[in-house]
Amino acid sequence: MADTLKPRPVYRNIHISQIVSYRLPPAGIVSILHRVSGALLFLLLPFIIWLFDVSVTSEVSYGRFTSAFTAGLGFLPGWFVKLVALALIWAYLHHFIAGMRHLWMDMTHSVGKEFGHQSALITLILGVLLTLVLGYRLFF
Amino acid sequence: MPQINTKNYGAKRIVVGAHYGLADWLAQRISGGLMGLLTLLVVAQLLLPGEMGYDKWSAIFSAQWMKVLTFVVILGLAYHAWVGMRDIWMDYVKHVGARLLAMIFTMVWLLGCAGWAIQVLWRL
Repeated sequence: MADTLKPRPVYRNIHISQIVSYRLPPAGIVSILHRVSGALLFLLLPFIIWLFDVSVTSEVSYGRFTSAFTAGLGFLPGWFVKLVALALIWAYLHHFIAGMRHLWMDMTHSVGKEFGHQSALITLILGVLLTLVLGYRLFF
Repeated sequence: MPQINTKNYGAKRIVVGAHYGLADWLAQRISGGLMGLLTLLVVAQLLLPGEMGYDKWSAIFSAQWMKVLTFVVILGLAYHAWVGMRDIWMDYVKHVGARLLAMIFTMVWLLGCAGWAIQVLWRL
């Protein structure tokens, strides 16, 4: 095809070190946080599986699961474990809702500016609100 | 060679040849949907009446159909995370050697995690 001869467009990603200096629209914030939350879940995957392991394996290990949040884990105090769990809860919720937004846009082709803006705000707010609700149950 | 339509996009797009990431794009969405489904199923069972504790929690994952679904989701999660992390490395790590190392680390990390999770699941 003739258009293969045209110079190919170059798309640059904002580098991590530049994020702070960019004023991103809400959709851009949702997008970068989708990445950040995904990477966080990836890195903490062993901790998540450890929680799954001790919580389902036996009555005794279930005790270790609950005490990790109160008595702590090794040299880490309980409140720190709770904070990590809170970060995981936010990451999961944000990734979940942002993913649903993607599926919705793919299925309905709603890619207008207005929809992108509104759904991005809903994603950000809903993620934080649900995190606050579950965080309240976690800490109090 | 398929005939080139004037309208080669949307529903009319000819989907042949090199897929340029279509398979991964689709796998990302299907595995994401499965994870969402499992999440909702776990939450729904947690909301059923009954005292929250070890018995209730472990019973959810002991049911054979939940084991099978969770097993599929673990594999789906590994692939989902592989596609996502690979995209991150490709976007930010330009040095070929460093990118290769990052990808190898990602594979080992994900395969190890998947194996561990399946082991936990299957001895229930």
